[in-house]
Amino acid sequence: MLVSVPVSISEAQSPQPRWNAASECVCGKVEVEDLSLFYGTFQALRNVSISIPECAVLALIGPSGCGKSSFLRCINRLNDLIPGARTTGRVLLDGKNVYDPDVDAFLLRKRVGMVFQQPNPFPKSIFENVAYGPRIHGVKNKSELADIVERSLRRAALWDEVKDDVYKPALALSGGQQQRLCIARALAVEPEILLMDEPCSALDPISTGRIEELICSLKEDYTIVIVTHNMQQASRISDYTGFFLMGELIEFGESAQIFTRPKDKRTEDYVTGRFG
Amino acid sequence: MISRNQTEKLAFATVALASLVVVLPALVIIGFLAAKGAFAISWSFLTQMPKNGMREGGIMPAIVGTLYLVAGTLVFAVPLGVFAAIYLAEYAPQSTLRRIVRLSIVNLAGVPSVVYGLFGYGLFVVTLHFGKSILAGSLTLAFLILPVVIAASEEAVRSVPKSFREGSLALGATRWQTIWRVVLPNAAGGIITGVVIGVGRAAGETAPIMFTAAAFFLPKLPSSPLSDCMALPYHLYVVASEMFDAPLSMQWGTALTLLMLVTAMNLVAALIRARFRRAKCW
Ligand SMILES: Nc1ncnc2c1ncn2[C@@H]1O[C@H](COP(=O)(O)OP(=O)(O)O)[C@@H](O)[C@H]1O
Ligand SMILES: [Mg+2]
Repeated sequence: MLVSVPVSISEAQSPQPRWNAASECVCGKVEVEDLSLFYGTFQALRNVSISIPECAVLALIGPSGCGKSSFLRCINRLNDLIPGARTTGRVLLDGKNVYDPDVDAFLLRKRVGMVFQQPNPFPKSIFENVAYGPRIHGVKNKSELADIVERSLRRAALWDEVKDDVYKPALALSGGQQQRLCIARALAVEPEILLMDEPCSALDPISTGRIEELICSLKEDYTIVIVTHNMQQASRISDYTGFFLMGELIEFGESAQIFTRPKDKRTEDYVTGRFG
Repeated sequence: MISRNQTEKLAFATVALASLVVVLPALVIIGFLAAKGAFAISWSFLTQMPKNGMREGGIMPAIVGTLYLVAGTLVFAVPLGVFAAIYLAEYAPQSTLRRIVRLSIVNLAGVPSVVYGLFGYGLFVVTLHFGKSILAGSLTLAFLILPVVIAASEEAVRSVPKSFREGSLALGATRWQTIWRVVLPNAAGGIITGVVIGVGRAAGETAPIMFTAAAFFLPKLPSSPLSDCMALPYHLYVVASEMFDAPLSMQWGTALTLLMLVTAMNLVAALIRARFRRAKCW
């Protein structure tokens, strides 16, 4: 039996194929080809291939430990920092493999923002948190920084709540506000892609609702990949959904299809809660 | 038979007694020093040159000398110790090199201070021609406290949550930017604690400066880093055991001054730590 969940797919169109300079067909913002990830001898991802469409929300679902976070961290190369982590395959961002030796991982991470499961604002003021990224990328001018901070906080729907005192400690905010601050912090460096690893799992339902609204508004400008354990959430906010199981991408498609007419038996078991 | 209740009381009495045994000597020493030294200490005792072969007058040059030595020790030990700690905590992979460095640090911590004194004398005073000087003494003391500074700093750097580092790196910060702007400010409290413990020890050591910096009797202030100087712990050693006729008040006064100096440093460190904690807004 399938649960029927409300799905909004009106804005979900198949992305138009584009051609980049190297004359490769680029169908999505990010094209992952045959990606495998090893932590030492343990293989966390097995030959994952997926096309992440531009300016849409891709939800990744699957049981704990199936490699969703690992997958996200391959896209911004955050796994580089883990000793013994090794990848094979390609991750093409606008047609360019991010694992090519001439790619600067630090500049890559400026283009690919990330929001973590636990809100992790720095123990600094709200202003300093948002200004941190622009500062490290060389913005020194005070009024320019103030502009960026305000714009980013507005974009993250936090400005109205904090505008009276942006110099107060970030850790004095509520969990939901902290998470929106982390989103603002990520937006401040003008990324093209936003990776969100279970951004609502530490939040109450009201905060979760606000973040979901925010994600829906952000997808106009950003390509968003969100990991979630919440099927309703995935079907509410995402245009596409990928289902992972034990390091493999089992099924990928438009969210409406994944949640109403999954092709794979394992996907069906998982989305209907009959898994495991 | 003893009941559970009695066991409980017995256990409590034992641990309470043990802590009392620890606290008591500290209180006795401080109380004794304060009682005996309070009469010796006066404004002129703290601000005057020694007179009459250190039988009269004050200990000002020894106080100033110790402050210079402490400052010099900080100048060398803090950057060296903090950078070494960063290397160990952030950069050194789980390699043989790292194990060797760690082993060296542990061994350094076990070297008696008089050996540091001889090492400093051989290296800085003689080989590098610094002479018996504040420079040579500071360097020697810096090496003496490096193990403490490195161990505390490494611990502090390690205890900065991974989520802060990842937050910074995910914004495109380099590792050094992350260390400099996120890790170090958050580790500062722990680093300062380690530095102060080390410096408190350096301020009170006699053996390392005996051959490298301290003058027996020098009734003037040092004029450059290459001058030698008087220092409180060495002065105390001199008036207590090298001179037969130094008045007792001189000894008690010097001892109490040294204790107050170290206590003051700990106090300043506590204030700085509190500031950092507030700045972090935990
Ligand atoms: N740093 C690491 N070192 C070794 N194994 C890891 C590491 N991170 C994750 N793993 C393993 O990789 C698998 C996938 O983990 P993860 O990507 O966190 O899963 P998910 O986010 O889907 O819950 C798990 O089996 C986990 O134990
Ligand atoms: Mg995860």
